[in-house]
Amino acid sequence: MATASKTTPARSKSASRTRSSAKKAKPAIAEFDKDEELHAYREMLLIRRFEEKAGQLYGMGLIGGFCHLYIGQEAVVVGMQMAKKDGDQMITGYRDHGHMLAMDLEPSAVMAELTGRRGGLSKGKGGSMHMFSKEKHFYGGHGIVGAQVSLGTGLGFANKYRENGNVSMAFFGDGASNQGQVYESFNMAELWKLPVVYVIENNKYGMGTSISRASATTDLSQRGASFGIPGEQVDGMDVRAVKAASEKALAWCRNGKGPYILEMITYRYRGHSMSDPAKYRSKDEVQKMRTEHDPIEQVRSRLIEKGWASEDDLKAIDKDVRARVAEAAEFAQNDPEPDASELYTDILL
Amino acid sequence: MPIDILMPALSPTMEEGKLAKWLKAEGDAVTAGDVIAEIETDKATMEVEAVDEGTLGKILVPEGTDNVKVNEKIAVLIGEDEDASAIDASASAPVAAPAPAAEPSAPAASAVPAAPVVSEPAEDPEIPAGTQMKSSTVREALRDAMAEEMRRDPDVFVMGEEVAEYQGAYKITQGLLDEFSAKRVIDTPITEHGFTGLGVGAAMAGLKPIVEFMTFNFAMQAIDQIINSAAKTLYMSGGQMGAPIVFRGANGAAARVGAQHSQDYASWYANVPGLKVIQPYSAADAKGLLKAAIRDPNPVIFLENEILYGHSFEIPDVDDFVLPIGKAKIERGGTDVTLVSWGIGMTYTLQAADELAGMGISAEVINLRTIRPLDIETVLASVRKTGRVVTIEEAFPMCSVSSEIAYQVQEQAFDYLDAPIMRVTGKDVPMPYAANLEKLALPSVSQVIETVKAVTYTA
Repeated sequence: MATASKTTPARSKSASRTRSSAKKAKPAIAEFDKDEELHAYREMLLIRRFEEKAGQLYGMGLIGGFCHLYIGQEAVVVGMQMAKKDGDQMITGYRDHGHMLAMDLEPSAVMAELTGRRGGLSKGKGGSMHMFSKEKHFYGGHGIVGAQVSLGTGLGFANKYRENGNVSMAFFGDGASNQGQVYESFNMAELWKLPVVYVIENNKYGMGTSISRASATTDLSQRGASFGIPGEQVDGMDVRAVKAASEKALAWCRNGKGPYILEMITYRYRGHSMSDPAKYRSKDEVQKMRTEHDPIEQVRSRLIEKGWASEDDLKAIDKDVRARVAEAAEFAQNDPEPDASELYTDILL
Repeated sequence: MPIDILMPALSPTMEEGKLAKWLKAEGDAVTAGDVIAEIETDKATMEVEAVDEGTLGKILVPEGTDNVKVNEKIAVLIGEDEDASAIDASASAPVAAPAPAAEPSAPAASAVPAAPVVSEPAEDPEIPAGTQMKSSTVREALRDAMAEEMRRDPDVFVMGEEVAEYQGAYKITQGLLDEFSAKRVIDTPITEHGFTGLGVGAAMAGLKPIVEFMTFNFAMQAIDQIINSAAKTLYMSGGQMGAPIVFRGANGAAARVGAQHSQDYASWYANVPGLKVIQPYSAADAKGLLKAAIRDPNPVIFLENEILYGHSFEIPDVDDFVLPIGKAKIERGGTDVTLVSWGIGMTYTLQAADELAGMGISAEVINLRTIRPLDIETVLASVRKTGRVVTIEEAFPMCSVSSEIAYQVQEQAFDYLDAPIMRVTGKDVPMPYAANLEKLALPSVSQVIETVKAVTYTA
């Protein structure tokens, strides 16, 4: 894979933001050092193992309702997490488990929310799609497609109002990118120069509808062009590319230049939700992505190749991650359900 | 034939205005389109253009005159061969508007021999006796409430369409931009869904936005963010994250603005746990409750009314007048029947109570002030005394706030009722435009009186 040094960010592209064709240049990929590779590996693996376990618990009937797994998209949120600063906020839609783990929310509390138990992050009252942590700057967890984009713009508004130097990262999918309020938000964000990175996680399907069947234009990075918002497509399966692009976007916002759009080209291996058999795409398509572009395997092979980790080292990490997930699952199954009195709490302050 | 120039109406709800300035003098020639005068209302200053050509023969209302009624003759235009002396200056009475539809069976109030009854304006227990009062319009009260709270808390800001440079579409935010700058008084694009979501996000981050909807009709575009994001997040987060935000603006029917601009949304929002819903009537309600709403850590829907904006009331002249949310006010004590209303419904109700007193029926009038949480205790206490309830509101009847009050009263005071609970509401039709039909679609004083007669079994 071609690599480039950190010193050649696509700066000229940012400057030529009015040119919609500026996107095609491959973003520079800054190599990771050993610690970064290991961090990315561990974080992405935690999300994957966590999601595999969640899928398992769903199959056992321990998780109810809707459950949208993040498997395959791990590099997006981990790369962004590696680029952000303390105080930067994240907000996303319903496919939110990975974001919460990346924002350092306790896996057992997330899992216990999935099982609807009192030790869950929302005391069991939110569920898979609705968890929040002011302390960790994670603002949910939203179930209405596209709503988080306006809300995330409001987080950026608050940052600017308070002049705190923080940036809001609003995640949404290719499906949400056709919602009207996304463009209402783009307009205000650029008009008022709000520090918001719009992260479009393009996993190519809005539920069962492929992007080409839903979108008149499929280069989503250019969806802000009519507002003058710069955007670029990023290989969302390569955590290094994600981090490099995120650093650039976050710096743009932090410098008061307004919002920035990152279209992360990614892929979800599982169906839209647990109840989706995903018959709208071939097994080969999924398999090809898994074998050739898996975000975790990419890091793993680099670690081995560069001699930064042995198979045994990686096994040890895997074992450790599995133990954390097992502990979370154990807690989530044994923690009691919320007390009936919780029905009437937390409605008003 | 001389042509009358009439005092024009500048808005659907304008009834009178000030003739600020004449820009033409008697004897001046005017052509259609010439600006001949300036008139002012509490909302705006507007220019009056001539619509015909001729000579300004006679000015009937001198500049500087206040309270000139809409349609009053203000000047006369004469043709080339006409003489100004022919003008009958005494004929300056307002030109009769098209006759409104006759109110169905208008009561002959004065014909009924009046027995002395107790139905008197009641003291507001929230206002200590002896408090200095001053006159204020609802409009000024709302503005003052926002200004005071913005002075008090730098996290409070106001956003909406035309709130800043235009000074508010209904002039509610007049002067706020000057005092608080564009950072805190923010003109938004016409983008309700987006700016509502933005406001809720800012509230989740801890700011205290006041989101003005030019009217609540437009909030339909944004209702997902109000309900799914603002109202539910506290619960969904297990109490970790709420949205301290006020959504306010004109709600309900104005005058002759048609179906899409004339709906009362109280029952829509009152249906949703996680919201508080306030519908003020008087200037004191508006000020005291808006200040409370801004301080409240929950999302609050604050439903104003365009017609009430210009109404003047006595309001306590104190530094920090705050009313409790969720507390009804007994506007008028009485013994024979309980009238429950809120917002603009109070205008019909209080007038009806006056007329009923003349007929020997003593009505207790409750101004709910807050719809959610509903102060049913105050209603029940009154019903236990009177045994009869009539609710009055402009909203549609089906699943209305009235329906809910009727349910709760029968559930909790069934044995005290001496008559069926009755309601006077807007009719179950989209608001028509024609003046007569609009009048028929809204409640009327006579309907309130007839309904009270029905429940008191007085023919």
